[in-house]
Parts: sequence; structure tokens; C-alpha cells
Amino acid sequence: MKLHQVGMLALACAMVAPAPARAEGGTAMEQFMPIAIYRTGPYAPGGSGIYGAYEDYLTLLNQRDGGVNGVKLVPEECETGYQPDRMIECYERQKGKGPTGAAAFTPSGTGGVYALIDRMTADKIPSVTIGYGRTDSSDGRVFPYFFPLISNYWSENTATIRFIGEKEGGMEKLKGKKIANVVMDFAAGRETQPILDAQAKRYGFEVTTFPIAPPGLDQRAVWLQVRQYKPDWVLFRGWGAATPTGLKEAARAGIARDRIIGWWWSGSEEDVTPAGAAAKGFITSQFHATGANYPVFEDIKKYVYAKGLGNVEENRIGSVYYVRGVLHGATITEAMRTAMKKFGNKPLTGDQVRWGLEHLTMTPERIKELGLEGLMPAISVTCADHEGGGAIRFQQWDGEKWVMISDWIKPDHELVRPMIEASAAKYAQEKNITPRDCAKED
Amino acid sequence: MFYRDAGALKTSYAQDAALFPLAFDRRAMIALVLVAGVVVPLVASDYWLGSILLPFLILSLAAIGLNIVTGYAGQLSLGSAAFMAVGAYAALNLVARVPALPFPLSLALAGLIAGLVSALFGLLSLRIRGFYVAVATLAAQFFIEWLCTHVPWLLLDNHSGVVSTPTLGWLGFEVASIPARYVTALIIVAGLAVLAMNLVRSELGRAWMAVRDHETAAELTGVDTVRAKLSAFAVSGFYCGVAGALWSFLYIGTIEIEAFSLHRSFQILFMIIIGGLGSVMGSFLGAAFIVLLPVAITNGAAVFGSAIKPDVIANLELMIFGALIVGFLILEPHGLARLVSHAKARLRRWPLRY
Repeated sequence: MKLHQVGMLALACAMVAPAPARAEGGTAMEQFMPIAIYRTGPYAPGGSGIYGAYEDYLTLLNQRDGGVNGVKLVPEECETGYQPDRMIECYERQKGKGPTGAAAFTPSGTGGVYALIDRMTADKIPSVTIGYGRTDSSDGRVFPYFFPLISNYWSENTATIRFIGEKEGGMEKLKGKKIANVVMDFAAGRETQPILDAQAKRYGFEVTTFPIAPPGLDQRAVWLQVRQYKPDWVLFRGWGAATPTGLKEAARAGIARDRIIGWWWSGSEEDVTPAGAAAKGFITSQFHATGANYPVFEDIKKYVYAKGLGNVEENRIGSVYYVRGVLHGATITEAMRTAMKKFGNKPLTGDQVRWGLEHLTMTPERIKELGLEGLMPAISVTCADHEGGGAIRFQQWDGEKWVMISDWIKPDHELVRPMIEASAAKYAQEKNITPRDCAKED
Repeated sequence: MFYRDAGALKTSYAQDAALFPLAFDRRAMIALVLVAGVVVPLVASDYWLGSILLPFLILSLAAIGLNIVTGYAGQLSLGSAAFMAVGAYAALNLVARVPALPFPLSLALAGLIAGLVSALFGLLSLRIRGFYVAVATLAAQFFIEWLCTHVPWLLLDNHSGVVSTPTLGWLGFEVASIPARYVTALIIVAGLAVLAMNLVRSELGRAWMAVRDHETAAELTGVDTVRAKLSAFAVSGFYCGVAGALWSFLYIGTIEIEAFSLHRSFQILFMIIIGGLGSVMGSFLGAAFIVLLPVAITNGAAVFGSAIKPDVIANLELMIFGALIVGFLILEPHGLARLVSHAKARLRRWPLRY
């Protein structure tokens, strides 16, 4: 038997022997930026777009400004394939690189966020996720290292109900209306149930949930049930190929698409193009604008793509996923700038970046300076509020492109915040965490 | 020369029945376990322990489980991830709802529950044979996934579908640090692997193999095929269940059904096909191949630095991985375990050629 085992070890060694033994020292003015990305697997369009754009933005800062306040950014990709277990491997491989370790980590995927909570909290490295992540980690007292910035699913949901209220001509008109909640049957899909129930009680509308089994390639029966229910509005939380499939079935069942409101993970060009004419009129929420005509994208073309340093196809610049990646880059580097005001213009540790994130304020003026005007809402993050008070817009597919059909709508924070705090408090109790006292934080 | 069985005289039945009859094998095995259990946790970094060796050990355990039902008893199963899920969810409920239980007992009970569920689906194999059994276990995969997402009680009434696992602890000792997790997994996996090696050469194990090789002949020679099949499913379910609980509690630290999808079932099946059907050691080899190779390829590509574009590396990993699987199966259809036994046979003759 021993040779079996020796052979196994030898094989194991042989296979991992080429692991890089590179010197990780680098010069003192470098900041290591890990980039967990998924360029392969069923969700590759999202992964390559978001995290490729994040890397493009860091490259832009290096090329145009020489980094952040003279500190050069050193991005490094790690492929996760959207699998939480691969994500853990990437995180553990990358967290200690560079002179001060990783500045921040962007777990790609909500499953990855959950899997990394204990590890990142212990290592004091902040997690930044925009448009996804654990909703109740918006309560920074319980989750000091987790930042689901700009907006979370519950906030989005209240903004959607407000949007419906606007369309109906006032929140009081919602009384007696019927809303069908068609969701992908996984964590992020089901997460809005409690907030919807709470709003149904407050505004007097009726809500029924119709789950779709992932990956959602056969949805005919579901949409026939939806038609029988005769809803006034349909909320649709599809992901990947499930979105165009659902839209086609809705068209076949004769449900008006301009009465279907998707979440922002149904709101990319890749989500609607395959559905063809069936997608026309479809509305989704969005926490940012889209389009290539923003100064930041012109700079990216000039300083990154013209030099052959780009990470994705150039024609994706300005698309939905691309914008989200740029927003990851902008918020993280702005947080580093904020932290450098306190800790000096040098590479930062994860905990210092966490401080920067908790004091991050992106005013409309600053957003304009960054070339992002109109692309993202103003945010202000605090120790207690890790969301930053973003707002939501709604966009409609006109058959060729997304058209913004609403102004920024503020979520109902008075409803959302107590529910987030209650959920975080429950987690704190289960895990024996004493919530921080934010009044005592500097 | 130094590795031979000549001169190893057996003077008692116990010696004859020993798991490793050769002194060399025995000593090497003890040395390996000591190195893995004492030296490695002291020397290896948390990265190696926590994100390479730990998943390797846990998936090896799941592969042993699948090997028992598929490699030894010949019942092709596509539900191993589902039985891992049963183990994980059962362990979560036992640990969270009955905190008085010591965690080794919770894990064992979770394994038993998974074994029971597996045996239940194994009942179908009494009426159907061959590929139809695979379809029945596929049904188990879908049914259990559906059950876990539709019965909130199983997930402690959590609405988001993901739960962070509580830290395991017993007698004031907490399995929290990465070396502690690794050593705990190693003890459990080594113990269960020895148990499996003994099981497959017991009367029960021989009955499994008889059923695999020719079911009718086995029945005619007096093998209780019902007992053999059901016990194979039950034992396999137990191993997968314990592996699922370890995966959730010691490795990813969360419980969600997406960790136990059909993708995982196939991954485990590939492990035993590449490692070697009907071999406990092959389960370890196959798990090593599947877990370590992608990491090795991406790390290896990093040596070239920015010479290769990252999007090429990401896809190159899949291509090299696929090519290696095809290559290995052409060169050695019986898996890595057979390569090792060839090497062993040559070592016996060494330095002679014949």
C-alpha cells in the first residue's frame, strides 16, 4: 500500500511543483489588487465583463495618473468559474501578496460572499460587492468587513414597488392590486420574500410567488400559471439564460412585457437580445446608467485599449456588466484615497481600506471629476451603513437598447433598515458576535 | 531488491489477514500518516492546508463513498452530491438543534441519515439494472435538491437559502483554525479509509464484487444480492454524507444547495473513473487529480507572468484539463490506481527486468 500512497504524494507534488515561487516583495509603493473573475462556465459573460472592467479601471489609473496618489496598483486575476470552493482557493492564494497584502477582495458571486465571511473578517480584508452580496451585511456593526455598496436586493425591491406606485398614480392606488413574483429558485431569487410580504401588508396589495427551478430553461408551466393569476404587475428575477427564456414564454402566454419588471441581473444586453422581439417593452431596475458616452470610457479607450492593455473586447465598453466593473474600481480606489488622507500616501492594509470605505463619500461633484457623472448615484458610507444610500433607476428595452424611463428613485430605507438590523442581530446572536459601537469608532 | 515479499513469513492468522502484510508497506503507511498528521500541519502554509489539502481530503472521502457503490458493487450512481447534501443538512440540524451532542457523534449521525436515504433510493436498484439505476439516482439528485430548497425547516427557517455553519467544538476544543480543521478532517478521512479497505475485503465486500461481476451468478452461488446492494448504497451514502458535512462545516463554512449540484456528482464520478474503479487508493488519486490539476495549471501559467493573457489562461485550464483526462483514459483505462500497481510490480523485480 505504501507505494500507492507514495505515488499519490509524488503525483500531487509533481502537479503542483510549478506553483510560482516568485518574489512577492515588489517596490514599497505598490498596492496589490486581487481580482477574482469567472471567464469560464455558464455565467462567463457577467464575470468577464464585470471583473475585466474592474481591472481596466485600475489599469487606467496606472496609465493616466500613475496609480492612486503615487501608489501603483498591481492587479492580478484568479479564475473562479463562479464556484465558491474555487473562490476560497483564490482568496487564500492572493490575500497575502504585495507589501501590505490585498487592499480589498471582490468575491464574485453571493455564494462566495457567504463562504468568505469568517475568513475575511479574521484577516481584516474588506469585501466590496456592488449589486449583490449578503443583504443584511449592510449593517456594518455586525459585518465590519462587508460592503454591499450602492444598493441591496431589499432596497431595490422597495424602489420597484415605489416605481409601480408612481405608474399607478400614487401608493394608495396599490390597494387590491395583484403582483406576481416570479423568481429563480435560489438564494438571491428568494431573498426578497420577507420585504415583499411587509410591503403587501402596508400597501394592501396581494403578492404570490412563482418559483422557477434553476437553470430555468423550461418555464412554460410557470407562465401559464402566472396568466391564470391575472396579475397587474409581474416581478421577474431571472439570471443567465433564464431571463430570455422567461420573456419568450411570457410573450407566448400573452402577458404584456411592459408590465414585467426585472431585477438588475436581468438588465444587461446579454439578457434580452436572445429573446428578440419578445423582450421589447421589458422593464428592469438598475443602479447605474449605461452607454459608452461617458468621459471615463473615453479615457479607458485612450489610455488602456489604444495601448493594447484591455481585458475584454473593446465593444463591450459601456455595456451593463462593464459599467458595474468600473463602479467596483471607482468605489474601491476612492476608498483608498480617503484612507490615504489619514494613513498617508503609501500602500494600505486591508483594515486601512476598510476605514476608507467606512468614510467614503462620493458627492456628485467628485463623481463628475471621475468622469462618471450620471453613471452612478451619490453615496455616503458610514460605519453603521455599509450600503451608502444609493438610488435605483428603471430602464426599458426598446428592442435595440436600454432606455432610462425614470429618475433616481430612493428606496424605502425606513422599511428596509429595521429588517436588515433584525436579520444582522439574529446572525450576531448565532455567531456570538458583539456588534461594534459605531459612536466609538474614529 | 529492498521491496519484496520473499522472507516475510507469516506465523499467525492475524498476520496473514493484516491490511499491509509487507513490513515495508506497513512502515511506509505509518510514516505517511505521521507526516500528513504532524509534519504537514507544522510546515505547510494555511493556503496549502486550508484551500488545497482540505478539499482534497474531503472529496477523497466522497470518492471512496461513490467507489463503494459504483466501483465495488457495480451500481452506477449520479446522486453522490445529493447524499453529501443530506449529510450536510442533517449535520447542520443536529449541531444547531441538539447542541448537547458532541460533534463527532453529530457527524456520525448525519452520515447514518444520509446512508438511510441512500438505501431508500437503493431499493429501486432491486427492480432495475444497469443504466436505469443511474437514472434512479439522478432522480435522487433532483428530488433532494428540490426538498432542500422547499422545506425551510431544513435550513433553520432561513429565507435566503444560505446558512453560515456554526463552529464545531467538543470538550473545550474548537475546530476553528485552519490546521485544526485539517487535522480533524485527516483523522476522520484516514479512519474511514481504513474502515473501507477492511470492508471491501470482508464477506460483505466480496458480495458486492460478486454482484458487480455477474449478478445472476452471484445469486446462484448463494450471495444475498438484496442485502449486498442495499448495504452498498447505505455504506456509500454514509461516506458521502460525512464528506458533505465536512465540506460544509470545515471547508466552505456555509450550507447551500448549490454546493451539492449535479456538477459535483459528476466531478466525483470523474474522480473514481480517473483514479480507478474498485480501489480505495484510486479514490485518493482521482481526487488529487481533479482538485490539484486546475490549481496547478493556473499557478503554472502564472510563472509566465503577463506573457500569456489572462483570458487565454482561464480557457487553457479547461483545455489542458480535458486533454489530460482523455490522455490518461487512453493510456490507462483502469485509472491511476492501475499505474501504481504496475509500478509496484516492477519495483518487486527491480533491478531485473523480468
